Amino acid sequence: MFRFLFSRIGLLIPTFLGVTIISFGFIRLLPGDPVLLLAGERGISDERYAELMDQFGFSRPIWEQYFDYLVGLLNGDLGTSIVTKKPVLTEFMTLFPATVELALCAIVIAVALGIPAGIIAAVRRGSFTDQTIMGTALVGYSMPIFWWGLLLIILFSGILQWTPVSGRISLLYFFPQTTGFMLIDSLLSGQPGAFKSAVSHLILPSIVLATIPLAVIARQTRSAMLEVLGEDYVRTARAKGLSSSRVIGLHALRNALIPVITTIGLQVGVLLAGAILTETIFSWPGIGKWMVDSIARRDYPVVQGGLLMIAAIVMIVNLIVDVLYGLVNPRIRHT
Amino acid sequence: MIIRRTMKAALLGASLSALLVSAASAKTLVYCSEGSPEGFDSALYTAGTTFDASSKPVFNRLVEFVRGSTEVRPGLAESWTVSDDGLEYTFNLRKGVKFHSSASFTPTRDFNADDVIFSFARQLDKNHPWHSYTAGASWEYFNGMSMPDLVKEIVKVDDYTVKFVLTRPEAPMIANLAMDFASIQSKEYADKLAADGKMELMNQEPIGTGPFQFVGYQKDAVIRYQAFADHWAGKQPIDNLIFAITTDASVRLQKLKAGECHVAPFPAPADIADIKADANLTLMEQEGLNVGYMAYNTKMAPFDNPKVRKALNKAINKQAILDAVFQGAGQAAKNPIPPTMWSYNDAVEDDAFDLEAAKAMLEEAGVKDLKMKIWAMPVQRPYNPNARRMAEVIQADFAKIGVDVEIVSYEWGEYLKRSKETDRDGAVLLGWTGDNGDPDNFLAVLLGCDGVGGSNRAQWCHQPFEDLIQKAKVTSDKAERTKLYEEAQVVFKEQAPWATIAHSVVFMPMSSKVSGYVMDPLGGHWFDGVDIAE
Repeated sequence: MFRFLFSRIGLLIPTFLGVTIISFGFIRLLPGDPVLLLAGERGISDERYAELMDQFGFSRPIWEQYFDYLVGLLNGDLGTSIVTKKPVLTEFMTLFPATVELALCAIVIAVALGIPAGIIAAVRRGSFTDQTIMGTALVGYSMPIFWWGLLLIILFSGILQWTPVSGRISLLYFFPQTTGFMLIDSLLSGQPGAFKSAVSHLILPSIVLATIPLAVIARQTRSAMLEVLGEDYVRTARAKGLSSSRVIGLHALRNALIPVITTIGLQVGVLLAGAILTETIFSWPGIGKWMVDSIARRDYPVVQGGLLMIAAIVMIVNLIVDVLYGLVNPRIRHT
Repeated sequence: MIIRRTMKAALLGASLSALLVSAASAKTLVYCSEGSPEGFDSALYTAGTTFDASSKPVFNRLVEFVRGSTEVRPGLAESWTVSDDGLEYTFNLRKGVKFHSSASFTPTRDFNADDVIFSFARQLDKNHPWHSYTAGASWEYFNGMSMPDLVKEIVKVDDYTVKFVLTRPEAPMIANLAMDFASIQSKEYADKLAADGKMELMNQEPIGTGPFQFVGYQKDAVIRYQAFADHWAGKQPIDNLIFAITTDASVRLQKLKAGECHVAPFPAPADIADIKADANLTLMEQEGLNVGYMAYNTKMAPFDNPKVRKALNKAINKQAILDAVFQGAGQAAKNPIPPTMWSYNDAVEDDAFDLEAAKAMLEEAGVKDLKMKIWAMPVQRPYNPNARRMAEVIQADFAKIGVDVEIVSYEWGEYLKRSKETDRDGAVLLGWTGDNGDPDNFLAVLLGCDGVGGSNRAQWCHQPFEDLIQKAKVTSDKAERTKLYEEAQVVFKEQAPWATIAHSVVFMPMSSKVSGYVMDPLGGHWFDGVDIAE
């Protein structure tokens, strides 16, 4: 098991180095630079341009800049935002809990609804229920997030007025951000109604962000279940006279879950990508919106630092999934 | 460490709860702002969104723009005098002006000349300890308005008198001092931050003399302010001001309709009719202080011939552009300055849309089978919400007079850089939004000889025009300046270095409960003097 773990961690190091090169190079490949954008229509003299490029360190050879970036990383320094003049890591840590809270709620919804939906569809294969579930999953998978989010806002917040339009909590509540997780902070604040307000603000964005993973998990569960339900041991279990729920819940589901766990792990990347749009629509102050703004402003340190942190998180989650997978299925560890 | 953090949180919680209790009976106005501020030290930035959240609520300047106008009135300076040679501006400062306080700072003295000197010296003097107080600090507006070349020195005459000595006479100087970069900071606060080793807080926890004092900012989500009870001009009608950051225009409208905010700027053009129809909402509108134009390269043939430029201008159907690009939220431009600006020459006649006349003029100029490029900006701006569409309309118009147009575009930074080149191929779509309400800010910056190879995209240096605007720049008599600028607009129209396209109309939707809101022609959002019905 330890050899398996070490080999997986060993693989992370070159991957991480690769990510530093991509995150550093990606934003610089885009035409335009932060100084030109800073000046805008107002323009900037050549001397002032050169002065600012020097000040930000962008006039030095690219390899020197990259080397400095790596040295900074080793010291835990992701650089300083050109725009806000604040350390990138501080900004990331301020905004990250909001994204995690949203992503966790979304994945809980996706798993809680996706797996049962997949099981029902598999068990009732070919029926109207199966067709309905799979049809809905296909629609959910193909739904443009931006449009879907606005549609929900107009219906539930505008017409029915069941949920708030956007934000993390009603503006009436104002308390210190102890953990950065609004559900926890609202409870800690002790202010009556704060927790309820935080939950009501979380509903729509979680549904929107959960839509695609939910569809993927439902489809994956269905196909894995179908495969397992055709296996000999399931037939044997049925022949032994076990109840249908026992056969499905105990024998079939446990084996079918292995590929589903992998799928759930892979959804972390999808969730972080989806968060960019979801956060923009719902004015959710997380890292997605922060990255979009920074790309538009060519804020090099924020883009490269943010990308690196996101990539590192996806890699770590995948490592955990790999390890879990190895625990569930011993054959994996030895291959 | 943990105990200290917990105590700090508890203390903050207690003070915030107190604020909340008072908030229950207080008047709170929520503004759904369109973006996050980059910081709160406005002199470091150039974006309107940042100014709305920093300089406008929290700070004052020596002089201020009259609400809803580009005229200047006394601010922290009660009065000022200008020397006969136009080189010395002496300001008499207001007495008894209080600075805000915060959990970490309590002012011990009122505003005085030291604060004025500090606020400008840090921008002017490269060796000033506050010149580079935060990573990548640059004073772009101060530099952009040529203040380092213009200001020779700033002298403290006494505690309540300050003198600006200039290197040359400059009539727009007073208007410059009403701009956001000229916001007055507290030197006492700066000294405390320096002593505590926390200089970066200047950009995060602002202390000013403005109508609202900063309470807190939750990044990308909410900014909170409280009306400043000791404000020199009196307390505001509202008690709390909240900026709820909402970047999407459709979502802003939904929040406005749901009562989650009271004022929401920059509506989507498609939503205007819906807003007008809603009885609970009020829609204010005003011409923006901007101009959208197409600049020919007057250094390249055949565009070096005013007749050719004039002919092409006659072939542009501006009404079609207003309909297709501005969707009604614009008005045709005939001058290079907007109608809301003083010295606008309404007597100038626009080139009437006349394809036959355009064709004839081109033939007269000996131009046949003309092929040209039109540059379309890759970004949206109030003065040009859709440059690609605008270029297509012009392309279709020009095709009718036998001119073949190729539309090109570049990434925004590249676009701005390449369009400055004097040997640039093609006519550039661009525009300008006024900084200080002075005509010099349009005419000299965009059409003066100094701007060739820079902000003068037409690369146009025409001596009669240049003489007029230079004379106006050093004349302090406003009536005389008005005359000179009016004349300059006539010369501009004859020479046609640009096709003037449109001035946008800015819409401002708000709840009908809001009263006292005045639209700013310079595009800012001010909440002093605004009230809300319970």
